Amino acid sequence: MSTQEQQQSTQNLTLVQAVRDGLHGEMERDDDVIVMGEDVGKNGGVFRATEGLWDDFGDDRVIDTPLAESGIAGTAVGMAAYGLKPVAEMQFSGFMYPAFDQIVSHAARLRNRSRGRYTASMVVRAPYGGGIRAPEHHSESKEAFYVHEPGLKVVIPSTPYDTKGLLAASIRDPDPVIFLEPKLIYRAFREEVPDDTYTVELGKAAVRREGTDISVFTWGAMTRPTLEAAEDLEEEGIDVEVVDLRTLSPMDTETIVESFKKTGRAAVVHEAPKTGGLAGEIIATIQEEALMYQEAPVERITGFDVPFPLYALEDYYLPEKARVADGIREAVEF
Amino acid sequence: MVTIDIKAESGQREMLRRMLTIRAFDTRAGELFADGELPGFVHLYIGEEAVGVGAISALEPDDYITSTHRGHGHCIAKGLDTYQMMAELYGKRDGYCNGKGGSMHIADVDAGMLGANGIVGAGPPLATGAALTASYKDEDRVALAFFGDGAVAQGQVHEGINLAATWDLPAIFVVENNHFGEATPVENQHNVEHLSATAEAYNIPGFTVDGMDVTAVYEAVEEARARAAAGDGPTFIEADTYRYKGHFEGDHEPYRTKDDIDDARERDAIDRFKTRLVDAGVITDAEFDDLEAEVEAEIDEATERAQDAEYPDPSEAYEDMFGAHVPEIEEFAARVRTDGGERQ
Ligand SMILES: Cc1ncc(C[n+]2csc(CCOP(=O)(O)OP(=O)(O)O)c2C)c(N)n1
Ligand SMILES: [Mg+2]
Repeated sequence: MSTQEQQQSTQNLTLVQAVRDGLHGEMERDDDVIVMGEDVGKNGGVFRATEGLWDDFGDDRVIDTPLAESGIAGTAVGMAAYGLKPVAEMQFSGFMYPAFDQIVSHAARLRNRSRGRYTASMVVRAPYGGGIRAPEHHSESKEAFYVHEPGLKVVIPSTPYDTKGLLAASIRDPDPVIFLEPKLIYRAFREEVPDDTYTVELGKAAVRREGTDISVFTWGAMTRPTLEAAEDLEEEGIDVEVVDLRTLSPMDTETIVESFKKTGRAAVVHEAPKTGGLAGEIIATIQEEALMYQEAPVERITGFDVPFPLYALEDYYLPEKARVADGIREAVEF
Repeated sequence: MVTIDIKAESGQREMLRRMLTIRAFDTRAGELFADGELPGFVHLYIGEEAVGVGAISALEPDDYITSTHRGHGHCIAKGLDTYQMMAELYGKRDGYCNGKGGSMHIADVDAGMLGANGIVGAGPPLATGAALTASYKDEDRVALAFFGDGAVAQGQVHEGINLAATWDLPAIFVVENNHFGEATPVENQHNVEHLSATAEAYNIPGFTVDGMDVTAVYEAVEEARARAAAGDGPTFIEADTYRYKGHFEGDHEPYRTKDDIDDARERDAIDRFKTRLVDAGVITDAEFDDLEAEVEAEIDEATERAQDAEYPDPSEAYEDMFGAHVPEIEEFAARVRTDGGERQ
């Protein structure tokens, strides 16, 4: 198959299929890429994100592990230190806490601690976020934990195209990447995704919608309600710019600041709880870099400071179109 | 005094009733989930009833247990109310967690039930802590942790057992070996033939029992309890059992065949116990049918009431966040009311 042919052909994929396609492409490209996790092999993963990889690459490269997140993460660090490229799956991001020590104390710090002699080029993938009518661990968004740890990169895609490209970039990245997948939109929509492998650069936000009145910063599953709110507000004459950050660490402060200087107003939408959430970090960046442009307080449209609640309360917890629109109006009408 | 005296005929009938209740409850829960009635996830205990009922009946009523994501059976065996359980599955205010926990977090600390647990392997250290409390307060209580074969691969399970063993605490560790952790067979998760071999590493007694024989489980736990209460430390019991249903509703179960399930059903705990009781003249076939009907009616009623029950109010999200008063909480709660209030 010529490269040209590959580049031209695409497939219409959901986000979770793009994960699978991205893994497949990277495994074909590099024999050192090893996928591991609970039921990722023979069974293809609880969300089918690794479906068929075991058939294509065998159990040396697609490893079904025992139920042991700490062991999985630590093993991945050891593999990465000696040249393999582990891509470890955690079934839900809420099950990563047993692995937290290995991720934070080792994966994140190996390079710095050894003055660059050892590194942990590895990816930990996990579905995250709410909206699936399950409480706590099955729905929470803890991206801020990982962003707070220097040495980790944190990536959250919001489209199938980006998913494949960001995953490839994460796998090829020389440092550990926490790759959080918005499971609410795993199958919500499809997009043309090139068959060939490609990367989407880490650390670069995407302006999903240009506007002049207000900049709204968001990521993951919150991108869609934000775009929908922006559409609705257009009818009211409010011109909303929507920036999908895509990589939360390192954060694309350049795009944030540039957008804010244009609009002078901002809102941040995330499903994680408000206190200690990344909205605070984005606002601080705006204050530091563009204070004189600011025309209104920056709105935080977020989850509440409670454990992710069960069914009856979930609809209230997650920012949706109406709440996002309300927050944006507040900032615009200030 | 044990929770249920297996030597008494009334005790035997009660154990049978609890096993039937578990089966009926979880059969219903599975149906409701498949119909889209129940949100979240439900993990069914069908096939494993003898472990929960055998073990808990042999404990004293004041003893503690910790449970798992597959916890409905432990709750019923511990005497929890099926209506409050069902209400919790529905996320209703009348549920054991007032609709905040769901299937995987049902808890009733007053009843000695420290909680189902969404985190695989989290229970054993909690049981160790409960056992330490009993020991510190010089109370005649033991703590029993249930956990799965998959959980035995988790570090914290071993940490919990090691602490209890080292400190000679009144704890009992019961692994429910249903042969799979999700889709992965136990052989692919562990390098030992019997998980009870785990006990050797901690220098505590370890046994493997037929987990589909309620009497065998009962006797093993009765002995373990006596040892724990005498200050001789924990026991590790592996109950060999089987999960009849998929790990979750909609599980295609490529990891086993129908024959595998049928083979396990040959050893069905309820059938075997019933036959034994009928043969011994403890119960007649007609009485058994009545018992089944009674249990079915109880689950019908629990379900109907749970369906009609109220959801918690959105502002309740902020209730019980902290023991002490935190002023910001009220502000937050007000925000939930204004942000979400009109959407109901
Ligand atoms: C820490 C953690 N990792 C993964 C999961 C997802 N998960 C839920 S149940 C389960 C399998 C548990 O197997 P086992 O301990 O044998 O219990 P069983 O389901 O067979 O009763 C897994 C992997 C979880 N809930 N918690
Ligand atoms: Mg199991």
